[in-house]
Amino acid sequence: MSPARRLLAYLLRYRREFALGFVCVVGTAIIGLASPWVLKLAIDDLTEGVDAGKIRLYAGAVFGLAAAGGTLRYLMRRIIIGASRGIEYDLRNDFFAHLQRLDLGYFQRHRTGDLMSRATNDLSAVRMMIGPAIMYSATTVLTFIIGIALMFSIDTRLTLISLIPLPLISLSVWYFGTIIHRRFERIQEQLSEISAIVQETLSGVRVVRAYGQEASETARFRVANDEYVRRNMGLIHVQALFFPVMGLCMGIGALLVLWLGSRAVIEGRLTVGELVAFNSYLLMLAWPMIAFGWVTNLIQRGMASWKRLLEVLDTPPAILDAPHPGSAVGAITGAIEFRHLTFAHGPHVVLHDITAVLPAGTTTAIVGNTGSGKSTLLNLLPRLYDPPPGTVFVDGVDVRDIPLGVLRGAIGFVPQEPFLFGTSIEDNVAFGAPVGDDWRMRVEHAAGIARLDKDVEAFPRSYDTVVGERGITLSGGQKQRTAIARAVVTDPRILILDDALSAVDTYTEEEILGRLRDVMRERTALIVSHRVSTVRHADLILVLSGGRIVERGTHDQLVTAGGVYAAMHRKQLLEEELAAS
Amino acid sequence: MTHDDEIVGKAYDARLMRRLLTYLRPYRRQVGLAVAAILAHSALELAPPYLTKIVIDQYIPAGDLSGLGTIAALFLLTVLGAFALEYLQTSTMQIIGQRIMFDLRMQIHARLQQLDIRFYDRNPVGRLMTRVTSDVDALNELFTAGVVAVFGDAFTLVGIMAVLVWMDWRLALVAFSVLPLVAWFTEWFRSNVRESYRQVRMWLARINAFLQERITGMATVHLFRREERDFAAFEQINRHHRDANIRSILYYAVFYPAIELVSALASALIIWIGGGWVMDDRLTLGSLVAFLMYAQRFFRPISDMSEKFNVLQGAMASSERIFTLIDTPVAIASNARAVRATSGVIAFDHVTFAYVEGEPVLKDVSFRVMPGERIAIVGATGAGKTTIVNLLLRFYDVQEGRITIDGTDIREMDLAELRSLFGLVLQDVHLFSGTVAGNVRLGNDAVTDEAVAAAVKAVHADTFIDRLPNGLETAVVERGATLSVGQKQLLSFARALAFNRPVLILDEATSSVDTGTELLIRDALKVIMAGRTTIAIAHRLSTIQGMDRILVFHKGHLRESGTHQALLAERGIYHRLYQLQFQPAAGT
Repeated sequence: MSPARRLLAYLLRYRREFALGFVCVVGTAIIGLASPWVLKLAIDDLTEGVDAGKIRLYAGAVFGLAAAGGTLRYLMRRIIIGASRGIEYDLRNDFFAHLQRLDLGYFQRHRTGDLMSRATNDLSAVRMMIGPAIMYSATTVLTFIIGIALMFSIDTRLTLISLIPLPLISLSVWYFGTIIHRRFERIQEQLSEISAIVQETLSGVRVVRAYGQEASETARFRVANDEYVRRNMGLIHVQALFFPVMGLCMGIGALLVLWLGSRAVIEGRLTVGELVAFNSYLLMLAWPMIAFGWVTNLIQRGMASWKRLLEVLDTPPAILDAPHPGSAVGAITGAIEFRHLTFAHGPHVVLHDITAVLPAGTTTAIVGNTGSGKSTLLNLLPRLYDPPPGTVFVDGVDVRDIPLGVLRGAIGFVPQEPFLFGTSIEDNVAFGAPVGDDWRMRVEHAAGIARLDKDVEAFPRSYDTVVGERGITLSGGQKQRTAIARAVVTDPRILILDDALSAVDTYTEEEILGRLRDVMRERTALIVSHRVSTVRHADLILVLSGGRIVERGTHDQLVTAGGVYAAMHRKQLLEEELAAS
Repeated sequence: MTHDDEIVGKAYDARLMRRLLTYLRPYRRQVGLAVAAILAHSALELAPPYLTKIVIDQYIPAGDLSGLGTIAALFLLTVLGAFALEYLQTSTMQIIGQRIMFDLRMQIHARLQQLDIRFYDRNPVGRLMTRVTSDVDALNELFTAGVVAVFGDAFTLVGIMAVLVWMDWRLALVAFSVLPLVAWFTEWFRSNVRESYRQVRMWLARINAFLQERITGMATVHLFRREERDFAAFEQINRHHRDANIRSILYYAVFYPAIELVSALASALIIWIGGGWVMDDRLTLGSLVAFLMYAQRFFRPISDMSEKFNVLQGAMASSERIFTLIDTPVAIASNARAVRATSGVIAFDHVTFAYVEGEPVLKDVSFRVMPGERIAIVGATGAGKTTIVNLLLRFYDVQEGRITIDGTDIREMDLAELRSLFGLVLQDVHLFSGTVAGNVRLGNDAVTDEAVAAAVKAVHADTFIDRLPNGLETAVVERGATLSVGQKQLLSFARALAFNRPVLILDEATSSVDTGTELLIRDALKVIMAGRTTIAIAHRLSTIQGMDRILVFHKGHLRESGTHQALLAERGIYHRLYQLQFQPAAGT
């Protein structure tokens, strides 16, 4: 379907509004054009002499027409602009709903700023195209047609002459609009250049200060700032001409009407009333001419923005439910298996031939250096990234065949850097919990397990305390513990902790692990950690290096084996000693 | 979203306005010219209805074609004059606007160059950038569209009133009788639209905040299957935004037709009463037509002025944020009676320092570094190593104790001179856009091309630079994204060497590099340390072994000090640190 057809679908939802709005547009145009005609009648009667009653009638008609026209104009604005706001609302909902369906990889490939800009700037450009542009083009066309017809009915020759400047208006609006737009884009480019320089100077502030480069940074900024002003000047010379040129065109039209029209009056081919009315019509036509050029620009920009929006809306979601989800749709017990799993991010192979069986109800720990593939392995389980078919199994079923809702619902995931929302502690903990009466009780219970309860008690508004953007008011440890409570509260069959206790001190960690052990007894747990103390009680420890499992076994087995794990163990003992000194 | 970015602002704040107007002062002649032009333009705009009156009253009844020609010529002059004056006014004002924006941006940038590092800890770079860019641009609107145009609008109003009174004061009174209605509608519109504008802005801010948060936290949303509930929440905010917008349409949809209705009422009154007077010959027909034409022109500036309210409001909020930044006091600056800074014995004398009150990272630290001495600072993460460097360069000021060079407190010294004693090599090498050579000499033109080439060669950076397409003149893109970590380090060594400062401060990178580069770095370090006092936060065994003395920091205290061998023999903290950090461990 063409982009225009796609947009039409949104417009058609509001067809009643648009139809009604169009009626108002017609009414507004007719009434607007009627009042100069009343003026003409009044003035002509006044020239010839008339009774006071008729004058009162004309005065009443001017006011009455204005009242009716005003009402219609009010309705027109409300209905059409209101509908455009409705479409904006629909579009924004659809945009957000679509974003929700896209996978993690998409958000890593696209900068947040870019997506935000589409959701705001582009959306507003599209709305301008469907609201004001539609409203003004309808008014424009009607006023133009009826107005010219009336002018012809007064005097053909005068009409033809006075219309000469009008197309010039449209043309210059369009021409200026295009040039202004182009120069404006060049200005925007320079603005990003300025931003880039400021960003560079500010984020490198230590180097700048240490090497005493303040003056040269200022000089660099001055150059960019100068160029920005220079480009703006280029725009000013065009933009400053815009309205004066409009004024000139209209002035010359008025001049022609006054001059040639008055000659016609003297020669008896025109009445004074007709001259005045003619003048009014010319003034009224000027506006549609301006609007015409303006609307053209709005549509050009609106369509460009709409295409940018469609780029997002047309991105197919990469991770979906399988067309025929497997049989294990019911309750998941939590047995996990990796079977010859090899996984790559683009050209980089992150995991090589991983094979491991984690029986339901057991705890498995994964250790390894940064970049060894631990997080990727964990991310494959809830299908944040999609594993290749036939490599990752839960309860013996390929995760790709389990409905996403069931799979993710069975997993409690605590990521390395927990993401908190700028809401209350309670909302953050209950993030994945079903809404219910016992909500607060469950939150408090989970907070207790994560040892968050004591911290929350100290907060001014307890569980209703708002944590600020990304949880900025919380310490790193508090954030992690909130994330643990968030995972526990969903009562998951599989609990995944991805280095989730790194910012918590060893003593608190011991406490949390103790409480978690009770919770984990009937669950399958996967724990990534750098601390031996965290992983030593696991049923199975996997040591990852360069995306491969290099060692596997229990704590005691691995320490005895004297490999990577044993070295890590030795170092930690030293560190503990150091911390105590 | 509770930052100052959410300030929507009052529509008018006299204090802010006065301060904004001071920026016009350097351009007062041009502003005068623009005001004169707009006044003249408004005056010319008054002419057409009056010319029409003359035509209707004198030349049409007399059938005077040559007089008509004169009027047409006059009319043409007015039109051309109006064209020239409007262009003059608009371009002058916009040019002034650009100059003021330039000045403001320079002023903000200058202040950012002075503010201390603590300020940067508190303010994210993104927010500071907004001050320099969009906030300044919002002010531009005020200068170009606001201030001067208001003069024009006001003058047009007064001018029309004067002409009406002069033509026929009785009919003028009739026309003015609708003015209270105008005032009432305008006030109604102004107060309501302000509130609804605030509402719209607020909901839009919430939409954006919500979107931004969900886009960045999408993984969490997916993991906890929050899609439906989040969508419901989003839909609700979105609906509020739509409704707020629809409410604000209401005010516009009522206001413009209402003003037109009042205008029509004025016309109706003029026709009714003036028409009667025309029949009684107490008023000419031309005057009546002119009155009607003036009445139409009278209401345009009124709706224009109401439009400007939004502009004013946005500008006020932006100016408030800009002035807050400009007014932020500079905490660390040169002492007024600054002493010349010279290199010599560096001493920390009972220094205590905390980034956050009550959580000191350095506690009562004292040590001396003799000229030419090479010192390594070691310690676990969080031991306070980097803080030593931050304090020495006065990125922060000590809270207790003092730091001296040859007995003079560094706070007594000229700041620029103090910093010019040190060559700094940071862990995370910051590269600027520009060329490779430009990143060695930075903005310092005193460093010649030969000096750059020599420095690059001395630290073996030429080994990779020679392979770049344009050698030293190769452009550095996106903060050196195409260069490896090791290459960037060598480049920063060249930078330190080219500046040839008496004291080298080295915060060694922890990240590992390939063996080839590692050997180059090792060798280059020897070159840049030669003949200099060196203070190094060391992570390499080879660096440490080449040092005269090692200071061991632990939990904010200076715990041990001595040579590598002596400290190892002590079997204290250093011994354990050594095993942890420096000893090539078996198995890893």
